[in-house]
Amino acid sequence: MNPVLKVEDLSIRLPEGADRPYAVNKLSYSLYPGEILCVVGESGSGKSMTANAVMGLLPKAIQVDKGAIIFDGKDLISLEEKRARDLRGNRISMIFQEPMTALNPLMRVEDQIGEVFLIHSDLSKQQRKARTLELLKDVGLPDPEKAMRVYPHQLSGGQRQRVMIAMALALEPSILIADEPTTALDVTTQAQILHLIKELQRKHGTAVMFITHDFGVVAEIADRVVVMQYGDMVEIGSREQVLNQPQHPYTKKLIAAVPPLSAPDREIEDRAGQSPALSVKSLCKTYVSPGGWFKPARTVHAAQDVSFDLYRGETLGLVGESGSGKSTVSRCIVRLLDSDSGEILLGGSAIQDLDHKALAPFRKQIQMVFQDPYASLNPRKTVGRIIADGPIAQGVPVAEAMDRARELLKLVELPETALDRYPHEFSGGQRQRVGIARALAHNPQVLVADEAISALDVSVQAQILELIDTLKKKLNLAVLFVVHDLRVAAQVCDRVIVMQHGKIVEAGNTKAVFEDPQHTYTQNLIASIPGADWRSEHQPTAVGQPA
Amino acid sequence: MSILRKLSTNKVALFGLIVLVFLVLVAIFGPYLYETSPWKMVNRPFMPPMENTDLMLGTDTMGRDVLAGLVYGARISLLVGLISTLIALLIGVPLGATAGYFGGWIDEALMRFTEIFQTVPSFALAIVIVAIFEPSVYSITIAIALVSWPPVARLVRGEFLALRNQEYVLAARLNGQTNRNIILREILPNTLSPIIVMASLMVATAILLESALSFLGLGDPEIMSWGYMIGAARTVIRQAWWLSFFPGVAIAITVLALNLVGEGLNEALNPKLSGKRES
Repeated sequence: MNPVLKVEDLSIRLPEGADRPYAVNKLSYSLYPGEILCVVGESGSGKSMTANAVMGLLPKAIQVDKGAIIFDGKDLISLEEKRARDLRGNRISMIFQEPMTALNPLMRVEDQIGEVFLIHSDLSKQQRKARTLELLKDVGLPDPEKAMRVYPHQLSGGQRQRVMIAMALALEPSILIADEPTTALDVTTQAQILHLIKELQRKHGTAVMFITHDFGVVAEIADRVVVMQYGDMVEIGSREQVLNQPQHPYTKKLIAAVPPLSAPDREIEDRAGQSPALSVKSLCKTYVSPGGWFKPARTVHAAQDVSFDLYRGETLGLVGESGSGKSTVSRCIVRLLDSDSGEILLGGSAIQDLDHKALAPFRKQIQMVFQDPYASLNPRKTVGRIIADGPIAQGVPVAEAMDRARELLKLVELPETALDRYPHEFSGGQRQRVGIARALAHNPQVLVADEAISALDVSVQAQILELIDTLKKKLNLAVLFVVHDLRVAAQVCDRVIVMQHGKIVEAGNTKAVFEDPQHTYTQNLIASIPGADWRSEHQPTAVGQPA
Repeated sequence: MSILRKLSTNKVALFGLIVLVFLVLVAIFGPYLYETSPWKMVNRPFMPPMENTDLMLGTDTMGRDVLAGLVYGARISLLVGLISTLIALLIGVPLGATAGYFGGWIDEALMRFTEIFQTVPSFALAIVIVAIFEPSVYSITIAIALVSWPPVARLVRGEFLALRNQEYVLAARLNGQTNRNIILREILPNTLSPIIVMASLMVATAILLESALSFLGLGDPEIMSWGYMIGAARTVIRQAWWLSFFPGVAIAITVLALNLVGEGLNEALNPKLSGKRES
């Protein structure tokens, strides 16, 4: 079989001063008709670069050094810009990660898709409309007639991605390039979109180049896999080959870092006699956006009657999709948000109504690790000050606080020299270590980790998880782990709480919840995890193909 | 230090900086080197430039040395520009910071107050303020400051609104730091770049305002300034072009230099912009 797209000895040069000379180095692979080729790698591996070169989307500072991308017998790189553009629009199309920004917010869905036909075909207005409707039906949008007339902001993230896919498939391209199309989506939506892409690919025989960082997604969708590291292709092979018998040490390392989807056996301590470090009782929080003259007021119940206990030395997972209220709950607990009703007992004292001053002594007992390692450290402060400023604000002498900061750096396995350096000199994982050190500066009893590893690469994730676990044991911490990734939850949590629409739908020991979920939502959630069958000793009960 | 280095790679901004440094040196040392009082009659009136080697730029309607006027005027223009900008920052930054950080009714109240100043045409307001007080360097400086702080407050408020929910600010709140500490140590240092850029452009505007006031005869009668020179020469512009031309050029060059430096600073301090330039 002839490949539809052939990448030959492709090297793309990075501008001077980058961390390596080439974004991709001597890359060669082929994409065959009717297959899904997954390009996997961590951030900075250059996995998106080839796709960008195919689409002519490389930034000006980055140039193709040598090599060719052969499509339909023509080299896309040396081809004249206008003719290459014709090929791109007609025969190769792309979907992007962020469906929010990839659609024009001022155009109705109908016009947005119709525009593709307007530019690349000579269909009449009626024909364009009919084709658009057909496409929307194809991608499974509910009520496609109505969907024609709406604006992007009226659609959910998953629906927007469906519109994007409809646009990409409008001209029946031979190649569809998907750059992390499901990364911004919730796990159940992701499962639906992956299913859709696979189904459409079968139906139309399109070749798909699927770029992702998630091995779960690879296991779910790929026919063949390319693994990238620092711009080099380290491994290529069929899905079974790469996932189950990886050859290259880097692939092995990456796959080993993917947490298996099964909870390990854990000793369940009897907590009957102990008093909880943190106790939350019927916590409620409602957001009200005031109505105007023409729109009714909107209320969102972000937390409804949420109750749980957290003991020292255990990790409690708070699991749910976006909008489930898990972040609201965690922010209410640390008093970044005020709750409407209910009680938050920290070491036995109610803290939900304390004002700024009265709260100060309790701040030491409960601390938080944030999600974004880039936004959570003040770029104008040295790491030492970032860690020490909390205790200093609480009245600890500067010298003592700095000594303590030095100890904390050792505790989170960073060199002492980090003390006088600024955050931008560190990698994401190192920054997250600094964030943890800052949270530990007060010797807290309760540590709230708000999606603390979501922004990190999978191999770094594993290290940070291990660090949190070690610290938990060493310092006898109570850890509340807010997380959307069920694989992670299965690995690190002793107990989990599953939230949906602000309510707790299921709670229990991790192993029990994962092996025998009771609530339909939990069942759905677990079934939606990409690559669920791969690397799990216990297959979760399937609940039919999600729609 | 790195800001200076980045500025020096931008040739246009470097040119502006050199001009500005020259102007500042003239303003500081000029009056010592050039001791002729600008008010003193030194020769016959209406002497064109280059006629007398002692009086390179000629004399005005009263026989005063035009060059002396320029040198002494540089001092007053830069001084008024700098100090009024400083005062405007001292009003605008705390106001904007408070409004942006606390939000809610504090924000509403402070922003409505700011809008009162913004709705009145700033030049008209400056004239009224100078006219109410006696025209003097002080009243002029204060008048300019009072009409130029609202944009600063708006800018700082916007920056604070954007930064107050950043995770490092939340972390500082969790750390039990006081609001004052969070505003001064966590957020303010991160808003400095746009403030510096705006300040450099404000100095230019202030110089223009001061010249305009002096042109209208609302300047300090004790002090020679560029605006006053143009204003005094406007009736004789057809007989003696040089009387309004040279002070006009001085104003234009100063404002241009400040704008170039401001632009350069913007590029140097804003990593996104400077990145674009390279590509």
